[in-house]
Amino acid sequence: MMSFTTARLDAGAELKTSIAADVPVLQAQALTKVYHMGEVDVWALRGVDFDLFEGEFIVLLGPSGSGKSTLLNILGGLDVPTTGKVHCRDHDLSVADDDALTSYRREHVGFVFQFYNLVPSLTARENVALVTEISENPMSPDEALDIVGLGERKNHFPSQLSGGEQQRVAIARAISKRPDILLCDEPTGALDVTTGVLVLEVIARINRELRTTTVVITHNAAIASMADRVISMSGGLITSVQRPPVRMSPRDIHW
Amino acid sequence: MFSTLHRKLLHDLWQMKSQAVAISLVMGCGVATFVMSVSTAVSMYQSQSHYYEEFRFADVFLNLKRAPSTLVPQLAAVSGVARMHARVVAQVDIDVPGMIEPAQGSLISIPDYYERGLNELHLRLGRYPEPASPPEVLVHESFASAHHLRPGDSFHAVINGKKQRLTVSGVALSPEYIYPIRTGELLPDDRRYCIIWMRRSELEASFDMKGAFNNATFSLLPGANASAVLKAIDTLTAKYGGLGAFTREDQVSHRFLSDELSQLRALATIPPGIFLVVAAFLLNIVISRLVRTQREQIAALKAFGYTNRKVALHYLSFAAVITVAGIIAGSAAGVWMGLGMTRIYVKFFRFPYFEYHLHPAVVTGAALFACAAALVGVITAVRDAARLPPAEAMRPEPPASYHPTFIERFGVETWFPQTARMIFRQIERQPVKALFSVLGVALAVAVMMLGSFSKDLLNFILEFQFQRSQRQDAIIAFNEPSDSGVLNSLASTTGIRKVEGFRSVSTRLRYEYRTHLVCLMGLQDDHSLFQLLNIKGGAVELPREGMIISQSLAKILRVQTGDILDVDVLEQDRPRHKIRISGTIDDFSGTSAYMTVQALNRAMKEGRVLSGAFVTIDGAMAAQTYKELKNMPRVAGVNIKRAAIETFNRTMSENLLRLRIFNIGFACIIAFGVVYNAARIALSERSRDLATLRVLGFNRREISRILLGEIGALILAGLPVGMFIGYGFVAVAIEALQTRTQRFPLIVEPHTFAVAVVVVLTAAVISSLVVRRRLDHLDLMQVLKSRE
Ligand SMILES: Nc1ncnc2c1ncn2[C@@H]1O[C@H](COP(=O)(O)OP(=O)(O)OP(=O)(O)O)[C@@H](O)[C@H]1O
Ligand SMILES: [Mg+2]
Repeated sequence: MMSFTTARLDAGAELKTSIAADVPVLQAQALTKVYHMGEVDVWALRGVDFDLFEGEFIVLLGPSGSGKSTLLNILGGLDVPTTGKVHCRDHDLSVADDDALTSYRREHVGFVFQFYNLVPSLTARENVALVTEISENPMSPDEALDIVGLGERKNHFPSQLSGGEQQRVAIARAISKRPDILLCDEPTGALDVTTGVLVLEVIARINRELRTTTVVITHNAAIASMADRVISMSGGLITSVQRPPVRMSPRDIHW
Repeated sequence: MFSTLHRKLLHDLWQMKSQAVAISLVMGCGVATFVMSVSTAVSMYQSQSHYYEEFRFADVFLNLKRAPSTLVPQLAAVSGVARMHARVVAQVDIDVPGMIEPAQGSLISIPDYYERGLNELHLRLGRYPEPASPPEVLVHESFASAHHLRPGDSFHAVINGKKQRLTVSGVALSPEYIYPIRTGELLPDDRRYCIIWMRRSELEASFDMKGAFNNATFSLLPGANASAVLKAIDTLTAKYGGLGAFTREDQVSHRFLSDELSQLRALATIPPGIFLVVAAFLLNIVISRLVRTQREQIAALKAFGYTNRKVALHYLSFAAVITVAGIIAGSAAGVWMGLGMTRIYVKFFRFPYFEYHLHPAVVTGAALFACAAALVGVITAVRDAARLPPAEAMRPEPPASYHPTFIERFGVETWFPQTARMIFRQIERQPVKALFSVLGVALAVAVMMLGSFSKDLLNFILEFQFQRSQRQDAIIAFNEPSDSGVLNSLASTTGIRKVEGFRSVSTRLRYEYRTHLVCLMGLQDDHSLFQLLNIKGGAVELPREGMIISQSLAKILRVQTGDILDVDVLEQDRPRHKIRISGTIDDFSGTSAYMTVQALNRAMKEGRVLSGAFVTIDGAMAAQTYKELKNMPRVAGVNIKRAAIETFNRTMSENLLRLRIFNIGFACIIAFGVVYNAARIALSERSRDLATLRVLGFNRREISRILLGEIGALILAGLPVGMFIGYGFVAVAIEALQTRTQRFPLIVEPHTFAVAVVVVLTAAVISSLVVRRRLDHLDLMQVLKSRE
């Protein structure tokens, strides 16, 4: 199917398998998030503890409205918790202001969204360059596009790419800055199954080979078998944490 | 019936209220300028025609040297003449207590006892003069109010060389002097020029005009052939020094009034046109965007059974609400400005009654124009909404397709960051919209320039006329041609430093069948107080022989250097001469002709005589100088330059300031309307991209730069285009000002460009900063949850 032979990879990364390191990249304690909707308060998170270890691949599962996106947004520095603490390296996200959150996102986080969110007026390469231009130690846009297998399409505009291809450009954009954490909110939500597998393969490979700490939100429980840990949420709480015994490749998963 | 669609309309309008207000304001300016100029013009036209009719303003006017009263029946019998009125008119010097410089007056005879005639007077105060000693006179209201003269007050006039006391019996107005201005001047000077009416018998006695007249006015029968009447009158009066009869078109006061009316008419077309075009464009971009963002709502409405017509009407209603608001606000502002204009006019134009009148038809007309502009603006958007097939509209709009821009094809793209490329490509993708935004900004600059150029023009004229060309402090006119000995007595007057004589002769120049009335000016060989300058400011040499004439005069007579003109002298024994044209001068005065005094004396076959002198005066001793001059028998009049400049400044500066303030307001409204809406639309189109960039780690400043960069590029492109268009507007405006007697240069000072640019730039920057504040409230999460 897809070949990634063109990609230049970290030699040592091959050795790393399913075991996460002991140092948490990111720590969250007793997170709550309350949205005030006029008279009623909506509790999106009701007290969540969460550690994220270096190189880990985490899948977040749960019914709609269970607080997955809310948690991911707080981890990614898009939002702040109502109460509770979040630390990532030297950043205290729970007390950060807008500028601090922005620089946290800029330095440490790569995002992949359900609807790709590419800039339509820029080509694939330029969409990636948008991020590499403001990063400290990025890879080149071409290299990032090679990793997702789109080296040939780099001069195409989003309107000339399929949904799966657009999502891979979005992934290239997210990883090009060599982020500490890659956060994906339903990255296959707008794609058909075959294309979705392709996209997940790319994410899994990046996690394996670049050792990028990765959190993926999905409605598809089958994806769970790819993960180091599977975290299930319900009603704003973490209800279970599982470690699949064998980490499977997306290609072997039955959808 | 308040339907759900109405509620949606109100809700959506509330969402876009600032944009709607901005468009209403621009629309309102268009309506306001239209209502103001048309209603003021109609009011003025009506006041004028009522006044003319009620007080029997004459149709034909005539000045002559002196004709016996026996000529009156013959003139009255000319075919086409309805009524004829013969008068004695004389120029006098007036001495008003408290005023150092002398004033001038026109003394006009009125019947000894009141009878109905032509150019009837309207008594404002007091009563008709009665036989008395000192003689009773009526004075024009302009002079009376400038000097607080009331019935019973008195002043002195130098009548035929004799200083005489006159008593004011009343204050009056005349249709002949609605605009009481001295011939040859640009502005009325109420303090130094006065119309005085005196009983005929007393005036005749003072000027030795018993049984004679030197001025006549005529009214014509309906349908009379005016030019035939003029010809017949000229034939009858040639013997008596007739200076050529003329119609209202050449009557000074009427001429100024007509010029003002035609300027108001011009004002009713161009500025409202600019505003309505801009408003139509703004409606177009805003309603098109609204329809585009509401595709899915439109589809839903149609799916639920709303007809295409209902949907079209719904979107038309947005434009309708904005337009109606603009019409109401604009009409109110137009009436307010019209009242203000009227107040200015009342100061300049002396009508017995001049009331501002608003005809409903004016507002209706403005409303129709505004509606037409709005319709042109929204028609495509509304049609798109009506035509959108519901099934297609359910799907989101296909992703916008982009291309590398034109300039990027030259390989310069590596110089620009990605964000700059976003800006280029966004602009290039919607070139028409970008072009209109540029044009909008440009029009704001042009409107600003149109409000300020007159100041440059006046400054230039003042400087050119009064500093560089005329270097004297005063012009002294002798009461009759005098030998050069009088220069010596002038030179020995206290405070007078430099004296330079001149000879001026009223002439009619003829070439083939073309003629023109010109004051032929003879200057001293070594003239330095009166410089002959061409429009470039270069000095022109006076030839020893022959005359030089202005190019406008050469054009009128269709002559060139070397041609020989017939010169009919309109003074003394009215001799005729032939004088050769030895050159032309391209100057600002419309029609003029110059010779050396010696050549002119020779051509006139007279000794060395002078008509007057240019003098410079020691400012510290001016009061004494004027006092001595007033008492010199030879001096008929003193025209002081400083006084002329002061009048000029006093009367013009207030009006110019008002004009500028209005234009600053207009320019700001256009700039605000265009830039604010362009920025809001850009924000709405780009908010998804900008929010994405924020998520990716761009900070507020960086994304503001992308949004404002696009707007900024359009503004920067608009400024030079605006200077260009503004220059064109000024050129058109100046062309409209040119008359046969005065040419105006096309002058736009760098300062005017700069102020226009700074004002528009400030308005533009402020309006984009208002939009920029919305970037702080960009909903980052929302944009991730939704498709475009
Ligand atoms: N901006 C907001 N304002 C108010 N309530 C919100 C907001 N965002 C989320 N919520 C509420 O918080 C709760 C959790 O939302 P969240 O988006 O985290 O759920 P989710 O697990 O991601 O759901 P889904 O799978 O549908 O994306 C929901 O009840 C939602 O209605
Ligand atoms: Mg979610």
